[in-house]
Amino acid sequence: MLTVTLSSYLTLGALLFAISVAGIFLNRKNVVILLMCIELMLLAANINFVAFSHYLNDTAGQIFVFFILTVAASEAAIGLAILVVLFRNRHTIDVDQLDEMKG
Amino acid sequence: METLYLAIPLASLLGAIIAGFFGGQIGRKGAHTVTILGVGTSFVLSLVALNHHVFAGGETYNETVYTWMVVEGLRFEVGFLIDRLTVMMMSVVTGVSLAVHVYTIGYMADDEHNWPKDSKAGKNSYQRFFSYISLFTFSMLMLVMANNFLQLFFGWEAVGLVSYLLIGFWTVRPTAVYANMKAFLVNRVGDFGFILGIAAIVMYTGSLDYQEVFLQGEALSTQTMSIFMNTEWSVVSVICILLFVGAMGKSAQVPLHVWLPDSMEGPTPISALIHAATMVTAGIFMVTRMSPLFEFSDAALSFVMVIGAITAFSMGLIGIVQNDIKRVVAYSTLSQLGYMTVALGASAYSAAVYHLMTHAFFKALLFLAAGSVIIAMHHEQDMRKMGGLKKYMPITYWTSLIGSLALIGFPGFSGFFSKDSIIEAVHNSTIPGHSIAYAAVLGGVFITAFYSFRMFFMVFHGEERMDKHTKEHLHETSWVVTGPLIALAIPSVMIGAMTISSMLFGDYFGTAVFVRESHDALAKVGENFHGVWGFVEHGVFSWPFLLAMAGVLTAWIMYIKQPGMAAAMVNKYSLIRFFHKVLENKYYADDFNDAAFGGGSRGLGKRLWKYGDIAFIDGLLVNGSAKFVGWFSGITRKIQTGLLYHYAFAMIIGVLLLMTFFVIFGNN
Repeated sequence: MLTVTLSSYLTLGALLFAISVAGIFLNRKNVVILLMCIELMLLAANINFVAFSHYLNDTAGQIFVFFILTVAASEAAIGLAILVVLFRNRHTIDVDQLDEMKG
Repeated sequence: METLYLAIPLASLLGAIIAGFFGGQIGRKGAHTVTILGVGTSFVLSLVALNHHVFAGGETYNETVYTWMVVEGLRFEVGFLIDRLTVMMMSVVTGVSLAVHVYTIGYMADDEHNWPKDSKAGKNSYQRFFSYISLFTFSMLMLVMANNFLQLFFGWEAVGLVSYLLIGFWTVRPTAVYANMKAFLVNRVGDFGFILGIAAIVMYTGSLDYQEVFLQGEALSTQTMSIFMNTEWSVVSVICILLFVGAMGKSAQVPLHVWLPDSMEGPTPISALIHAATMVTAGIFMVTRMSPLFEFSDAALSFVMVIGAITAFSMGLIGIVQNDIKRVVAYSTLSQLGYMTVALGASAYSAAVYHLMTHAFFKALLFLAAGSVIIAMHHEQDMRKMGGLKKYMPITYWTSLIGSLALIGFPGFSGFFSKDSIIEAVHNSTIPGHSIAYAAVLGGVFITAFYSFRMFFMVFHGEERMDKHTKEHLHETSWVVTGPLIALAIPSVMIGAMTISSMLFGDYFGTAVFVRESHDALAKVGENFHGVWGFVEHGVFSWPFLLAMAGVLTAWIMYIKQPGMAAAMVNKYSLIRFFHKVLENKYYADDFNDAAFGGGSRGLGKRLWKYGDIAFIDGLLVNGSAKFVGWFSGITRKIQTGLLYHYAFAMIIGVLLLMTFFVIFGNN
């Protein structure tokens, strides 16, 4: 019988985090995917929060998750807004062509 | 009296400041009036002080005027020690200085010809010159009036500075600039020894005050210090020799004498003031002042005596072959300074100071007479182009004769008393080296007489060798030039006889000069002293007089009777030719200094420049660091792709690294 232990949650969080990192790193096409990966990274952290909160019997961790979700929502809004402006100016959201930061 | 003592140096300083800073506004007349007034005030007040101490029986004055600072118990002060030695020096310095101030009016009257037309430095040069000589008087007064080593050092350096300014006064002449640089550098060598000596005094006595240091003189003589590894040196000997190295620089003793002949590049008035009468005597005065220290070190006294003897003899010899009238007088000064130094070594401090005083008058006289000749000859200084000036310049002629007779020690003239007592004192001395010194000073008498009268005959007698144009304009110089000559001629004759019984064999100096009984060579001379006339009578039948007469006679034969004889002798005998060559090249001292010290430091500088500056600092540090940054950034710029996901990746790697670090090291 498979038991769901703390380590399972942590493993899930780590996997999600790794996927999102890989997404950021491997993605060559779309800035939207980049934003999604960042969201995923936050969710991975949230899973850890919830898992530890339950394990330690401390609700503070779950309250924190709400804050993170709020911040993530606003961040996504701002990110998408920037994206729209970026597209208007450059007519592309191709990550490989966004190398303006090169010194 | 304190106000009076304070007023003596400050009067000169005030004159210097007014003439120096406001020379343009007050004009030439204003400048010489204000400086002569200042120095004149100093002179009159010095005479008042002299009267107070010598005739009114005033007590020695030793007070602090101003405390500059106190550092860990060491007091830096301005203070005056006024005793009979000081008042004598003050009177001589201000008296000669006053005569020179008056004389300068005549000598510098057409100074603008010495400068290019549009030269900025030539503007107001007359006023500047007066400012400098007044400033010099101030510095010298501060030096002699000091009651502590700090002020002594201040005066010491100040006269060095003014001397530098004056030697190179004609900044448009490369030779003058070279000479003042040389004087300054050579004096630095001496001053380095001097300041080391002062440092040693502070280290072992913890005080800069004369009285406190002198009280510990005897205690110092039993202490030793180790300088190299394990060698033990007597503290008092080290101190005295270091102080004397300073005196060697200022008083131009061998081997630091090289600056003095070159300093003749300056205008003649300062040659008289600084390089004959006052500044060069600073070393003699200083050693006399330090007699309570020198008396406890036979080694130092012996060193002093031998250096003096070498200077007295060898520098006189060079005087024989010089043709520049001022240079002959300059080498004569060196030789006479050697005499004074020998007297110091023989513990005959009062004889040294006595000779200093008589020499100040007759040497200033000779210099000013030389200057008078130079003015009349339209700034021609070569004696080979003079001759027969007697009938054109009677006043200069007679005053020069007086000066020369005083210099060679003709009985009755001031130089006779001082020089004879030095020779006698050396004869009676027991300090190691006194026999060499005695031979040197005795031989020096012949040489002195020879070069003095060689110059005298070449200038005033014999064939008239000047060109026609100069001859037409030959005439006696104006009263501002001849006046000081006469004023100086009187003491050149009289002052010796007037003061010998009290200064040398009386108790004139009292406690100002300290002589240990075992050293007291002068007292032995004094045992045979029975009044001035007895001294003269004795002098006529003694070796120095005979030698002097022999010198005069030789000069007469070689330059009047048979003028071609000197040249013929040089051509005929190779030994004489060799000596002549060595003397003409001044023992190759200048060449040696140029090659060894000049060339050495140039070589060192070149090497430091090549390897230290260009290779290390420029190459490695400055350009090297720039190159390193360039190379490093060349590598790191490849990381800066500008691509967002690369930066994000770098952030993640960074977070990982930080977390790893905290996991491993975070617990403690």
